[in-house]
Amino acid sequence: MMGRTRAALAVAALPLLWLIVFFAIPFAVVLKISFAEAIVGQPPYTPLVQIAADGWHWLASLANYLLLTDDPLYISAYLNSLLVAGISTVICLLIGYPMAYAIARAPEAWRNPLLMLVILPFWTSFLIRVYAWIGILSTNGLLNHALLALGVIDEPLALMNTNFAIYLGIVYSYLPFMVLPLYATLSRMDLTLLEAAADLGCTPWAAFWRVTVPLSWPGIAAGSLLVFIPATGEFVIPDLLGGPDALMIGKVLWTEFFSNRDWPTASALATVLLVLLVGPMVILQALERRGGKA
Amino acid sequence: MTDMRSDAVDAILRIDGVTKKFRDTLAVDDVSLVIPRGAFYSLLGASGSGKTTLLRMLAGFETPDVGRVLIDGKDVTQVPPHQRPVNMMFQSYALFPHMTVADNVAFGLRQDGMAKPERDARVAEMLALVRLQSHAKRKPHQLSGGERQRVALARALAREPKLLLLDEPLAALDRKLREETQLELAALQRRLGITFIMVTHDQDEAMTMSDYLAVMDHGRVLQIGTPGEVYESPRTRHVAEFVGAANVFEGRVLRHREGHTEVRCEGVEVALMLPLLPQFSEGAAIAFAVRPEKMCVDTAPREGENAIAGELDDVAYKGDVSIIHVRLGDGRRLRVQETNVRRDAAAAQRGRRVWLRWRPEDSAVLLP
Amino acid sequence: MKRRSPAVFMALAFGYAFLYTPIVLLVIYSFNSSRLVTVWAGFSPRWYGELMHNTQILDAAWLSVRIAAATATLATILGTLAALALARSTRFPGRATLVALLAAPLVMPEVILGLALLLLFVALETTLGWPSRGAGTIVIAHVTFSIAFVAVVVRAKLADMDRSLEEAAADLGATPMTVFWRITAPLIAPALAAGWLLSFTLSLDDLVIASFVSGPGASTLPMVVYSSVRLGVSPQINALATLMVVAVACTVGGAGWLLGRRGRNAAR
Repeated sequence: MMGRTRAALAVAALPLLWLIVFFAIPFAVVLKISFAEAIVGQPPYTPLVQIAADGWHWLASLANYLLLTDDPLYISAYLNSLLVAGISTVICLLIGYPMAYAIARAPEAWRNPLLMLVILPFWTSFLIRVYAWIGILSTNGLLNHALLALGVIDEPLALMNTNFAIYLGIVYSYLPFMVLPLYATLSRMDLTLLEAAADLGCTPWAAFWRVTVPLSWPGIAAGSLLVFIPATGEFVIPDLLGGPDALMIGKVLWTEFFSNRDWPTASALATVLLVLLVGPMVILQALERRGGKA
Repeated sequence: MTDMRSDAVDAILRIDGVTKKFRDTLAVDDVSLVIPRGAFYSLLGASGSGKTTLLRMLAGFETPDVGRVLIDGKDVTQVPPHQRPVNMMFQSYALFPHMTVADNVAFGLRQDGMAKPERDARVAEMLALVRLQSHAKRKPHQLSGGERQRVALARALAREPKLLLLDEPLAALDRKLREETQLELAALQRRLGITFIMVTHDQDEAMTMSDYLAVMDHGRVLQIGTPGEVYESPRTRHVAEFVGAANVFEGRVLRHREGHTEVRCEGVEVALMLPLLPQFSEGAAIAFAVRPEKMCVDTAPREGENAIAGELDDVAYKGDVSIIHVRLGDGRRLRVQETNVRRDAAAAQRGRRVWLRWRPEDSAVLLP
Repeated sequence: MKRRSPAVFMALAFGYAFLYTPIVLLVIYSFNSSRLVTVWAGFSPRWYGELMHNTQILDAAWLSVRIAAATATLATILGTLAALALARSTRFPGRATLVALLAAPLVMPEVILGLALLLLFVALETTLGWPSRGAGTIVIAHVTFSIAFVAVVVRAKLADMDRSLEEAAADLGATPMTVFWRITAPLIAPALAAGWLLSFTLSLDDLVIASFVSGPGASTLPMVVYSSVRLGVSPQINALATLMVVAVACTVGGAGWLLGRRGRNAAR
């Protein structure tokens, strides 16, 4: 129906406009400023073109991008972020998968309450929950206290300001994002497939690996993406739990912006990060869609 | 054959050369139909035959790519569903789950701006019609399948539409309920005089309830007629085999004798007799179908009837009828249906030599 | 064939223990009369008293709640519109753009989004003189990423909904507007409520983006909490945390009870 297309456009117009103005255009601005130079002033960056008495001056430069490649800080921070996010995603998967599986196999009436219990911590402040781990992990914190009291260790473990603390923080905060997509996929699985596998001689363990896991792949992929990509750019967790030496790209960007007041470099960093993170994802999605059409 | 030419019929609905394409598939292929006023009309076909798409175009949920739909002479092809004098009973019933039965039935009346007292009266009338008066305050999830179906019907009839469209109305009901409802719906239609157009894949249903039916396949209409016409005089082999079962014979005209035409068919040694068909010249190719219930299995041939010798191959005992398969000399199997009129009939023996016979006038000649 | 292995259940139990232990510890130590986390010096509600007099936190909390409510309402409206357009029409100009713009915020790291929005606001301020950064820009920023979340929730519910209900309504004479208000909206209402709550929570909880786009005098609760915890453990924060947990538990419990009652009423 012709009318439907026009009606849909009318309905979509407002959100579309909003997102273009407040989501798409900002990234154009970021790109523009990434070519500028930091100065002291308001705003703290140079314009791209300067019109002076003697004509046009082209002020834009790739200096910031070159800085990113020159200074090893940025590359190592990025790689470290990928590593940390990757490890955290895997741990999240290892904890989240059994949870999602258990909830999906639980009696019908229990499933929603169980899911609610997973989501509930999410409704309380993220910041405060990360803060809670400070109290637990610090040298005179609860965990060390308990371990010392139990005689498991002689000296307090230095758990704060380590990568381990960051893993813990990320897994803790992002667990619901892993559990929910996994649950969605697992709960839709046709259980008679497992019965068929058993009928054909498969042990439950083998059936799990050869039937359940492959079928839950979309959930694994979705959950992993929902954890990995935001975790790579995380700021709060590395800042509070990882200490001043924690080298993660989110922290670097923040520091570049707030401490160094170097907006252009931060912009260049953000642009590169965006391309490196979101680019592959977009390509992946396009491939997926094309594959699905076949 | 019923005279369905446009000028001869008081048509409430005219479908004129309608075609609809979805991506690469031709769902409806140049369909033209004339629906007489006050008739119970069925579109019969398998899934994918285009019948549901056609129905949805009548309701206004799809627009034809080519062609027109005219209701009472008025072109409604581009008119949106809420402005058509047509109401539909959905296959899934589509009862509004957040409203009571009474509110569901009243919905269409509210859209028409009917005042509350009249609305309430009409709702009560409709619920009485479908015998659900005591259920007025219930919600859909508290009703059984059959009750939901009746609410859907009451809701669709409340506005006294010119046309009522029914999308596989009995598909979700179990067999017993289906049979009862078939007769009820047909009786209701006669009483109200509203034109019903029903879509179904169930030929029993179509034949029981309809005044006319149109057999559809792959987007095209194969044959239109009364149930009797379509069943006893199928136009093509496909119609013969889709509506009911058929034994199809193909052959050539031998000669015309007094009162009948002789035909030589493949796989049959003797010449078979058909009623006189002067329009077929000698040597012309011809095909005809004989319904299983028109044949019978006997120990000897009978004068004046076609008879073929064969071997009893298999008997499917269904209680009220038996389907008997007879194998001919060339290996072909013919199908005969006999009613088990005797309680103490002897069991048939496989391999027994039998004669298949039927009257020439019980053969339906198929068009080439 | 429902064989439930104990190993799987233990994994579930471990998961819940992992999730809730820090929260439980927060609550317990909010009542610790000593400042130190490790030493339990007796039950004392003094931190709650101090919290109640901490105007900085209270003002920030009130501001955050107002911002969150505005965000949630605006985001729910825009997100629902987007979801409706996407769910009910397979092609219209700009559809692909809308899909992309609704997918990106879901996975984007907050620092990038915060930076981008701030740069936009600064650029606008330099050229147009508006907006000056404060609560308003925070709302704009929060709405921007919340729309995506609301759209996901509402779209899922719309996809689940039986489309023949809308067709039936149209068939019975309802104009498209009426179809939406009397059929679609009541049926997707739970998703709208969920979307509202989700946006509210995300807004209330956001630190990074608010830090980027805020202005003088507009300190949200997370911003205040963050500067506080950077200095170390503070029992007032524990008290705050406990209050939040209680508030959330009550809301969810209340909602669950209400829904349960409605369900029982409908079944009668």
